[in-house]
Amino acid sequence: MKQNPLSFQLKLNPEDFLPATEEEKQSQIIMRESVSFWKDGMRRLVKNKVAMVSLVVIVLVMIFSFIVPAFYPYSYKEQIKGANHLGPMEYSEEEQARIDAGEKVFPHVFGTDNLGRDYAIRVMMGSRISLMVGLIATAIILVIGSLYGSIAAFFGGWVDLIMMRIVDIIYTIPDILLIVLLSFALKAPLDNLKTVPGFGWVGTVGDNLISIFIVFALLYWVGMARMVRSQILTLKESEYVTAARALGVGNGKIIRKHLLTNCIGTLIVTTTLQIPSSIFTESFLSFLGMGVAVPLPSLGSLASAALNGINTYPHLLFIPAALISLIILSFNLFGDGLRDAFDPKLKH
Amino acid sequence: MVKYIAKRILLAIVTIWAVGTLTFFLMNMVPGGPFLSEKAISPQATAALEAKYGLDKPLGQQYLTYMSDALHGDFGDSLKQRGRTVMSIIAMKFPVSARVGGISVLVALCVGIPLGCIAALKRGKFLDSLLSVVSTCGIAVPSFVICTLLMYVFGVNLKLLPTMGLASWKHYIMPVIALSFYPTAYIMRLMRSSMLDVLEQDYMRTAKAKGVAGFWILFKHALRNAILPVVTYVGPMLAYTVTGSFVVEKIFVIPGLGGEFISAISGRDYTLIMGTTIFLATLIIIMNVVVDIVYKLVDPRIKLK
Repeated sequence: MKQNPLSFQLKLNPEDFLPATEEEKQSQIIMRESVSFWKDGMRRLVKNKVAMVSLVVIVLVMIFSFIVPAFYPYSYKEQIKGANHLGPMEYSEEEQARIDAGEKVFPHVFGTDNLGRDYAIRVMMGSRISLMVGLIATAIILVIGSLYGSIAAFFGGWVDLIMMRIVDIIYTIPDILLIVLLSFALKAPLDNLKTVPGFGWVGTVGDNLISIFIVFALLYWVGMARMVRSQILTLKESEYVTAARALGVGNGKIIRKHLLTNCIGTLIVTTTLQIPSSIFTESFLSFLGMGVAVPLPSLGSLASAALNGINTYPHLLFIPAALISLIILSFNLFGDGLRDAFDPKLKH
Repeated sequence: MVKYIAKRILLAIVTIWAVGTLTFFLMNMVPGGPFLSEKAISPQATAALEAKYGLDKPLGQQYLTYMSDALHGDFGDSLKQRGRTVMSIIAMKFPVSARVGGISVLVALCVGIPLGCIAALKRGKFLDSLLSVVSTCGIAVPSFVICTLLMYVFGVNLKLLPTMGLASWKHYIMPVIALSFYPTAYIMRLMRSSMLDVLEQDYMRTAKAKGVAGFWILFKHALRNAILPVVTYVGPMLAYTVTGSFVVEKIFVIPGLGGEFISAISGRDYTLIMGTTIFLATLIIIMNVVVDIVYKLVDPRIKLK
C-alpha cells in the first residue's frame, strides 16, 4: 500500500517488533556477575602477596611438624648413646664406625642435645605442640568469647554491666599468677581423671597441656568478648534485628543467625590474630618452665633448656627461637592480610 | 566528673576485693604448703609454725582474718623469708623493677611515637614499608628470643655489655632494649594508623588552607588527636612493665618483683602471693582510671559516663 506523501504516519518496520533473541538479551546485561562476601574477600586475599607467602610458610611449618616426624628415623625421646652435644650434621663415634662399615646412617640435621636426643625431631615435635596449643586454645577462646560478648551486648542493661565487670576483673588479674595457680590446682583432679575409663587420653595429652588449655579458656577470651560486644552493640540497633523480632524470632536465634553472622569478618580476623598470641603465651610459659611436661618438647622449653649452654652450643637456642618467631610472624602477617580482605573498615 | 571518679573508685574496690578473694581460694586449692618443702623439720615444728601463722584454722576464718588485716593495711609477714613483712619485700623489690620498666616505657614512647608519625607521613614510600617490617617483627618476636639474642651478641660474643645484675648504667642497656622492644613496635603501629585517620580529617585541610605552618599542623592538630589510642595502650602497659617482666628478670638476673612473685608462688608463700597480687591489681586499676582521666584532658569531646 502506497503511503500518502503528506501523511504523518510513521514508517513502521515489522521486523522491529520481533521478540529479541537470546544473544541480544545477553548483550543488554551490563551488571557483572554478583560476587558473594566470601568470593570478594578471597579475591582480595589472593592478590595480597605478603599474606599468600605467609600462608605458604604456615603450610610448610605444618608439614614439617605434623607429617615429617612420621617418616623421621629418630624419635623425640630416644637417647642415642655417645651422641651428646653433636653439632649439626655430625655423627657420634659409633655412628661414624657404622658409616665406615658401609651402613647408611641418617644425619642429625640440627645435631643433638645434651642427652643425645636428635634435635631436629625435637624441634618438629616442639613446633607441633606450639601449633596445637595455638589452634585449640584459639578455638576455645573463639567459642567462649563470641558467645559471652554477644550475650552481654544483646541483653544490655544490668546483664551487660555485670558481665563486663567480670571481664574487667579477669582482665586485671595478673595472668601469670592464675596460670601457675591453676596448673598446680588442676594437677590432682587431672591425675584422678586419668584413671576413669574413657578419659585415658588425658594421660597421653599430658596434664600441663590440658591445664594450659583450661587456663586459656578461662582467661584469654576476654579480649574476644570485648571485641564481639562492641560490634554487636551497633549491630543490634539494625532494622533487620527489629524486623526479626517483630516476626517472633527468639533471642538465641537472633544472636546466632543474625548478629554473629554479621560480624563474621571481625570474628575471622580476631581469631587468626589470636593464634600467634596463644603460641606466644605458650612459648613464654614453657620458657619459664610452666608449660608442657618433659620429655615432650615445646619451642619455648627447648629455647629455655638451651640457654645454659649459650656459649658453647648457640645453635640449640637459635633454631627454636627462629622457628617460633617465624611461626608467629607468618600468622600475624596472614591475619593482617585477612583483615584487609574481609574487614576493609579496619584497614590502615 | 566527680561522680564519675567516685563510681570508678567504687568499682575499683570491688574489683580488687574480687581479685584478692579469687587468689586466696585458688592459692589454697593448690596442694602443698609453705612449710612442706623444708627438710629435717619435725611434724611438731610444722604444726607450731602453722599455728603461729594461723594456717591451722579453717579456711573461711583465715580468709576473714586476712581480709580484715589487709583492710587495716597489714599484709602480714612473709612465710618463707622470716622476720620480713610483705610490705617491706615489695618496697624493696618494686623500685628495682619500676626503674627498669619506667626507662623502657620512656624509650618505647620516645622511639615509637616519632617513628609511627614518620611512617604515616611517608605513607606508601620506602621508609613506610621498612618501618612496617620492623614493627611487625617487633610484635612477632617473643621477648625471650630478643633477650637471648642480645645476650649472645653483646654479652657473650662481643663482650661489650655485662649480662647480669644492675650494678652500673651499662647493665640497664640490654634489659631496657629487651623490655621496650614489643611496646615500641606496638606504639609505632598504633600511632601510624591513628595518624593516617587524623590526616584525612577536614580540620587538617582547614588548618592547611588557613596557612598554619607545617610543623604546627602536625604538632597541634594532628598529634594531639592521633595520640589517643597510644594513651589507652600506655596506661596498662606501664603498669605491667614497671611491675617487672618475668622473662627479662630471669634472664638478666635482676632482683625485681617479677622474680619474687614466681618464687613466692612455687614456694607457697601465701602472704607474699596475696600481697603482690593485690599490689599489682591495684596498680593496674589505678593506671586504668588515670588513663580515662588523661583521655578526657587530651580530648575534651569525650564525655565520661
